[in-house]
Amino acid sequence: MNSPLNISRRTFLKASALAVGGLVIAFSIPTAKRFLMPGAGKAAEGTAEAKLPAPNAFLRIGTDNTITVMLAHSEMGQSIWTTLPMLIAEELDADWSKIKVEHAEAAPAYVHTAYGIQITGGSSTTWSEFDRYRQAGALTRQLLIAAAAEKLGVPAANLKTENGFVINGDSKVSYGELTEIAAKLETPKTVVLKDPKDWKVIGKATKRLDGPEKINGTAVFGQDIHFDGLMTAMVARSPVFGGTVKSFDASAAKQVKGVRDVVQVPTGVAVIADHYWAAKQGRDALKVEWDLGANANLDSAVMLTEYRALATKPGLVAAQQGDSKAELPKAAKTIEAEYALPYLAHSPMEPLNCSVRIDKDACEIWTGTQMQSTDQQAAAKILGLKPEQVKIHTMFLGGGFGRRANPAADFVSEAVQVAKAAGVPVKTVWSREDDVHGGYYRPMYLHQAKIGVNADGSPVAWEQVTVGQSIMLGTPFEAFMIKNGVDATSVEGIADSPYLKSIPNYHVSLHTVKATIPVLWWRSVGHSHSAFVMESLIDELAHNAKKDPLDYRRELLKDHPRHLAALNLAAEKADWGKPLPKGMFRGIAVHESFGSFVAQVAEVSVNEGVVKVHRMVCAIDCGLAVNPDSLKAQMESSISFGLGAALQSEITFKEGKVQQSNFHDYLVLRMKDMPKVDVHIVLSTEKMGGVGEPGLPPVAPAVTNAIFAATGKRIRQLPIGNQLA
Amino acid sequence: MITLNINGKEQQLDVSDDMPILWALRDVLHMTGTKFGCGMAQCGACTVHVDGQPTRSCITPISAAVGKKIVTIEDVQNDKVGQAVQAAWSEIDVVQCGYCQSGQIMAATALLTTNHAPTDADIDAAMSGNICRCGTYPRIRAAIHAAANKLV
Repeated sequence: MNSPLNISRRTFLKASALAVGGLVIAFSIPTAKRFLMPGAGKAAEGTAEAKLPAPNAFLRIGTDNTITVMLAHSEMGQSIWTTLPMLIAEELDADWSKIKVEHAEAAPAYVHTAYGIQITGGSSTTWSEFDRYRQAGALTRQLLIAAAAEKLGVPAANLKTENGFVINGDSKVSYGELTEIAAKLETPKTVVLKDPKDWKVIGKATKRLDGPEKINGTAVFGQDIHFDGLMTAMVARSPVFGGTVKSFDASAAKQVKGVRDVVQVPTGVAVIADHYWAAKQGRDALKVEWDLGANANLDSAVMLTEYRALATKPGLVAAQQGDSKAELPKAAKTIEAEYALPYLAHSPMEPLNCSVRIDKDACEIWTGTQMQSTDQQAAAKILGLKPEQVKIHTMFLGGGFGRRANPAADFVSEAVQVAKAAGVPVKTVWSREDDVHGGYYRPMYLHQAKIGVNADGSPVAWEQVTVGQSIMLGTPFEAFMIKNGVDATSVEGIADSPYLKSIPNYHVSLHTVKATIPVLWWRSVGHSHSAFVMESLIDELAHNAKKDPLDYRRELLKDHPRHLAALNLAAEKADWGKPLPKGMFRGIAVHESFGSFVAQVAEVSVNEGVVKVHRMVCAIDCGLAVNPDSLKAQMESSISFGLGAALQSEITFKEGKVQQSNFHDYLVLRMKDMPKVDVHIVLSTEKMGGVGEPGLPPVAPAVTNAIFAATGKRIRQLPIGNQLA
Repeated sequence: MITLNINGKEQQLDVSDDMPILWALRDVLHMTGTKFGCGMAQCGACTVHVDGQPTRSCITPISAAVGKKIVTIEDVQNDKVGQAVQAAWSEIDVVQCGYCQSGQIMAATALLTTNHAPTDADIDAAMSGNICRCGTYPRIRAAIHAAANKLV
């Protein structure tokens, strides 16, 4: 592979020749000045005069006409492997059948246009790259036209482009034939993007480019890496978070055929073997004495009781207006409720793994990661290298959901430590049990709310306290995401709730619990709990007011047109208000997250305590839908992920240990429980939001609101489990 | 030395006979299309066919497959039903992260081989052992029905 290192740092957009022929298009991007709140959406408007990082390449054109698009983000199922190339293909008038895709290397030039590090998260890839990738395509097209003008001796104005060719009247020249000339040309100073009315690719349902290799088994995930000399390692880790190795006896482990070495690393004891089976048997035979440390008695049920005690006192103020303390006692009626949500594991289908080869003054890493920058820095620090000496090969991710974007770089750091200690190239593989026990969970949360309503049932004063661990505390994001002690992600969806904005008096506060359980963003982050609480509370208020839950929401959201548009479309498509077959009931919820607005109607039956979700009708306003079919797929995906969690998933602790271990007790959604899903897209020209996560937050409350309609029982704790039995 | 018939080819393996088929495929023969997901027959990512039966290769020792025919995702396109399943998967654009899909396709192929017109209940019964965390279930269901229609 050729990297375009000879490109001027001072040029905004620049082309250069590939050593082997062909054209590489590179350009620098403005560095993010600060972290933006996920969904803020301002980054794509970055300015050209900002300080430029190292140049990079977003596409290469081969003399064989192939167009290789470099992805600055990681493909983990969300289909950016297709969506980002669509942006380039649109502006380049490329032949779609000639497009190839590669994950970019870890390099400063590929940093997120809003977040300032190389990361895939926050449902931000498409909106944050919308300009950058289109510009790369448009610039390339301009260059190719200029090259054709020179080659053919005709004015550029006489030329047009179509499907991978520059057209001159009745004759045409392929892009590949023009690369040599194009590479020598002066790069245009400005770039002109197409008028949206001329789009042929953007907005059209487009099939996945990674489909074929994922259907025939040839797609290469981190787990599939193999090269001569690569050993497999499994690490015995403390059964309790924070525990350390007191002593270990490797004699039995070393007797296992195929086990080559046993080494201690900071996170435990690693068994190095020829293959996974030997590594696993070796680890089973390994004897480790642990000092379990301060968490030996950790109990999540006890923690929840402590959270409850904390919630009786106001925490640090996250948002307030008016004087809820004075106004609450004056309300006609006060509604009080407590909601609780458990720790959750991400459990991507591909268990964590990372392959590492350390050479003199260099390190190569193969893994599925969502956060190349911190992984690279962590590896460099461990090895005493410069970050640029650490090469990261991003492989297909067998699911991420946030787990593979870890500011602590846990699974990469450990794999580097193992390879360093073993002195050989090693793939560190986690078993499913390791993955479930491995931490970085969605935090457990408890919420208490007191809502004063007037005689007609409208809220006039709202007090809410949230208790839970902070995801951002102790990470590089802390400076940007924690203000006055309040982690914005703990209260997102509450502190900025459109419902609260419609109420004269409210007070939202937070107690951040400093537990030592590793926590992390889990698909939709704070919205994964806040939407359940807010949309359940609103439903409680609607029923208290004896009003239709849809009408009640419409009234409170009357100044929020995007919420309303999604809500109304979902209600219309679900035939809200019309009778359902006997035994079927509806629930509704709407929530904004990551710049998108999603409403869902759940159709549910409850028989002998068993909840069955038959259909989910979903409407989304995400602004422009670049690839409507992958957008629908993301809604289906979020509904499945959110429904599994709502119905059955939880991580609990007893005597310091995680009580779940594999898919028989960490329960996730299966085919038999997947409802029919109907997705509808709001035609919108509003600012683009994300689609990977916003489909999740409304799922649980839509379902539990339907359960209330069916049974009169309000589910205030997730998972639903057997609460109806 | 154990001899296995994999995708119609005799393969000699110098490993202990309790090694699960999964690791023989992945770590010895470097056939990585078959995936490791749970190691205890809970997720179906490792599904292969042994004498036509959908089998969880993560818990099935190679000793149990001696004298039998193992078929993996790498060879399923040579099966008429497998071909129809893969075509339907492509047509409906089922995959997302893709990690579970080898197992899903092997399970769906086994289902359609014995049941040419599966109902939704048949699909629930045959496919609920295969987890997809991306939630491609509605498309898997649609693709199975589509493949069934093509096979008629």
